[in-house]
Order: sequence, then structure tokens, then C-alpha cells
Amino acid sequence: MDLLILSQFVLAGLSAGAVYALIALGFGVVHNATGIVNFAQGDFLVIGAFVAYSVLVSWGMPYWLAFLAAVLSASLVGLLLERLALSRARSKEILLLVFITVGASIFLRGIIKEIWGKRPLILPPVGDAREISLGVFAIDPQYLWIIGITLLAFVLLHFFFRYTLWGKAIRAVAVDAQAAALMGIPVPWVVAASFALAGALGGLAGVLIGPVWPLSFESGVHIGLKGFAAAVLGGYGSFGGALLGGFLLGMLEGLGAYLVSSFKNLIAYGVLLLVLLLRPQGLLGGKAEERL
Amino acid sequence: MRTFFVFAILILLLPLLITNPYYLNVLAFVGLYSLVTLGLSVFIGYAGQISLGHGAFYAMGAYGSALLGMYAALNPWLATLVALILTSLLAWFLGYFILRLKGHYLVMATLAVNLIVYVLLVELEEITGGVSGLPGIPSFCVFSFCFADDRSNYYLIWGVTLFFLWGVLRLLQGRVGRELRALKASEQAARALGIPVVRYKVAAFTFSAFLAALAGALYAHYLTFISPKSFDIFYSVEVVTMVLVGGAGSPWGALLGAFFLTPLPQILDFFEEYKDVFYGMVLMLILIFYPEGLVSLKLKRLRRNNAS
Repeated sequence: MDLLILSQFVLAGLSAGAVYALIALGFGVVHNATGIVNFAQGDFLVIGAFVAYSVLVSWGMPYWLAFLAAVLSASLVGLLLERLALSRARSKEILLLVFITVGASIFLRGIIKEIWGKRPLILPPVGDAREISLGVFAIDPQYLWIIGITLLAFVLLHFFFRYTLWGKAIRAVAVDAQAAALMGIPVPWVVAASFALAGALGGLAGVLIGPVWPLSFESGVHIGLKGFAAAVLGGYGSFGGALLGGFLLGMLEGLGAYLVSSFKNLIAYGVLLLVLLLRPQGLLGGKAEERL
Repeated sequence: MRTFFVFAILILLLPLLITNPYYLNVLAFVGLYSLVTLGLSVFIGYAGQISLGHGAFYAMGAYGSALLGMYAALNPWLATLVALILTSLLAWFLGYFILRLKGHYLVMATLAVNLIVYVLLVELEEITGGVSGLPGIPSFCVFSFCFADDRSNYYLIWGVTLFFLWGVLRLLQGRVGRELRALKASEQAARALGIPVVRYKVAAFTFSAFLAALAGALYAHYLTFISPKSFDIFYSVEVVTMVLVGGAGSPWGALLGAFFLTPLPQILDFFEEYKDVFYGMVLMLILIFYPEGLVSLKLKRLRRNNAS
């Protein structure tokens, strides 16, 4: 039955979309604090997934610990990237800062390859691996975990940004860093915290998608770019945009994989190009274009 | 200009001293990289934007001219010309739309182009030969003389590179150079002076893509074999690293970067394994501590010497 297969592709697409949304949000958080595009965002994901792999498989620890380790370690890498590299740059030109993150991404890729090797790794499933059957539909519980935890993370972050002092400080810096500094907000700390948060989001995405997608040291670039495509599609730097763009892109990819499987990867890149050419501010974004 | 002539004479005399074909091969590659970094450095240095898609343009030059030769039975020169025109048109089209956006969308757009081209090269196996590559590309020939060995290709590649180096140096000395410098110093001020900012950026981008495609074609007809591996995003990262390490915005910086980084993989044996760690580290350190590139060290020293 075609509808059944289609529904599987849609579900897989939605869970991929959840991961793209997390990555897109990671891009957005860093962008709002600093104005730069962080190329290492995809590598945070791989680091998270592989740390979880070591904790689970090599050391035989329980899943919740792997979860925590993945999020914390990727968050630490994000923090170090900002503290050790970006904050020390002699020139604060955006272009150079962006390229420092490109350097960091290549560097991290090399380190990941040294530690975990070139072979793709896949995480053991979260909880019970058996499919849940609803009448004729069979649902892989992994997908439910991914979508559920992503939505939970978005809700928690929404409350964090809206109601806590730190969340408000981060938003204030996003609006105007100078004014925020004048109000006594420690801007360097907010920037560092944004990188740590972006890292945590990457790590979370990694540990979520790890049981479904085999990841290798090179996966970061591709997933990162897809997350970026999702961010651009939804509206770069916007919270709701990240969520919308992520799920939309995931769905498009899911449907695309159903129709033309071997060129699935081209869909995300094609969408990215089209959005940049036709509607660069994204679906939810305001006017980003500089008119001449 | 005097520096240029000294440099050109050195380059042209070098094969008389070096007879080992392996070294000539490395130096020919330095020439190929220089050609790409030359255009890219003008774009990065003056337009203040970065492209991570030059691997795609390089691929379009290489595969474009090879495939046109195979399927349209064009001779290598004509096939190269057509490939160059097509690549330039695509770059112009991309640049025309994306360079008017604020922010660093171009980096991602060009990265996406590179990945798309790479996927197509791998997946369209019947046409491109897929991962196993495309063998048997003919060499460039003039009447009965063919550029088949390392020495003749060295001269062909460096001849082209020196020609464009000369052109860029001349261009930067004149009105275009002044306007580009104004653009670099302040985009808003340049615009207020009536300098067509976006047109310059698009032109610089197209020019750099054109040179990358030209280098690709020279590469394909020199090695007579190409495979997708040479055109992945790592290539794009590599050439941008060369430009930034050498110093963007100065043609000499571009060459310095190419001369410095091209032979490294050959010199360092362990390099294959630690290539990523090394490139990432060098890129980060140079950008953090010498944001103007290695060429700025020399300029500073010259200035100090002149002052004392």
C-alpha cells in the first residue's frame, strides 16, 4: 500500500526536520548574539552523537547519562570555540570571524576522525526498539522520541528566552549589543553563553538522530548546511522560523526521498539556493534585503 | 611592476634549474592554485565576501571542457572556451542575485552550489563516469605540438597565470583599483561617490569564477584524467585558506598563499592523515593573529626598514 510507505517517509522526514530545526536554532542563537554564521554548528552534532556513542557502547553507561554527556560536551566545545578562538581574534571583522569558524569546523572534523575513526557510527536505539503498531501503521518509536524531545526543547527554550533574566539578556544583546552593554548586561558572557547554547543544541540533535542516521566525521558539513537551509527557509535568526523551516525542509526531503531517492540530498541545497534567490528573508523573516 | 618582471623571469627560468619532473609537477600545481587564488583574492579582498564554491567552478571548467570534447567533439581549446563562458554565466547569475543581500549568504549559497555539483558528478555516472572518474582527456595541441609533458604544461600554466597576474596588477593600479580600494575602505562612502558597488562585486565574483574554471580546464587537459574527489568542498576551503593565509586583496598575497600551502602535503609525509587538523589549525591561527595574512608581515618589515 503506497499510502503506508508514504507515511513512513513523512514520519522520517518530520524527525529529520526536528533535527534541522535544532541546528537552525543553533545558527540563529549565535547569529543573534554576534552576527556571524557559525560553520562548526554541524560538527557540534557529530561530537554530541559520538560522545554519546562512547558513553553508551564503549563504557556501557545508561542512556540518560549519554544524553547529558552529549549535550554538555558539545556545549563545552561551543564555549571553547568562542573563548579560545573567536574572542581572541585581533580583527573583529565579521568575514574573518566567520572564517575562523570554518577553520574550527575543519579542525574539529580532523580531531573527530582521530578519536572515533573514519567508519560511520550508529547509536543503539533509545528505549524499546520495537515498532508501535496502530492498526495498519507501524511506527518506529525513535521518530517519536526525536520529534517529542525537540518540541520539548523548543518549549523550554521559549520560556527561557521569555521569562528568565539570562534569556532576556540574550535577546537584548540580539537587538542592540551596545545598548545592552550600557544597561549593564555583560555582553562577552552573553556571547559565550550563546555559543554554549548553540553547542548544546547541536549535541542534543546529535544524540537524537544518532540511532537513526549513521554519522561519520564528515557528516557535520552536510547536516550543518541543511540546518542552515532550514534557518534561511524559515527566516534566519528567528525562533519560530527555525522550527517551521526545519519541519518544512524535513517534509520536503521525506517526500523527495519517496519520489526520487538518489537525488534526495539535492533537495535541501536546491531549496537553499531558491530561497536565497527569491525570498532571502525567509518565510517568517522581515526585510533583510538591502535595496539599492 | 618591477617586482612582476623579476618574478616572471624567475618563474620562466626555473625549469632550466629544475629537471626533476616531480618538482616541475608541484610547481605547475602552484601555478594552477595561484590562478584561482589570484581571482579569489580580488573578490575576497575588495568585495569583502567569501565563496566556498570555487571547487564547483573549477569542476565546471575541468568537466565542462572534457565532456564537451567527448560529446560535442569540440577540440580542447574550443571546449575550454565554451566551458568558461558557461561557468561565468552561472557565476554572474548567482552573484547578481546574492551579492545584493547583506550578511554572509553567499558563503552558504556557494557551498550549496559546490555540493550540488559534487553530487551530480558522482551520481550522473553514465555521463561523468561517477566516482571512478573520466580518463583519456586529450592534451592541448597547437598544430602538431602537444602540451603533454610536465615541462610544456608548466610553461602553459604559468604563461596563463603570469598573463592574468599582470592584468590584475595593471587593473589595480588604475581607476578600477582606486574604486575597489574605496569600496574596501567603506562601502557606504563608495556608494555615495557613485561607485557601482554591487556591479563591482558581481564582476569580481564572476572574474574569480572564470579564473577557477580556466584553472580547471588547464588541470583536466594536463593530467588527462579527472575524478570528483579533486572538486569537493575541501578544494574550495583550500583555496580560500591560501588567500587568507597569504593576504586577501593583494595579488602577491594570493601567490604567497599558493606557494606556501601547495607543496606542504608533498613535503609532510604524515600529512594525509592530519590534513584536516593542520589546515583548520593554520587557518584559525593566522586569522586570529595575522588577520591581514602573511603578506602583511613583509609590508610591515619594509615600512620599518624605510623608517629607520
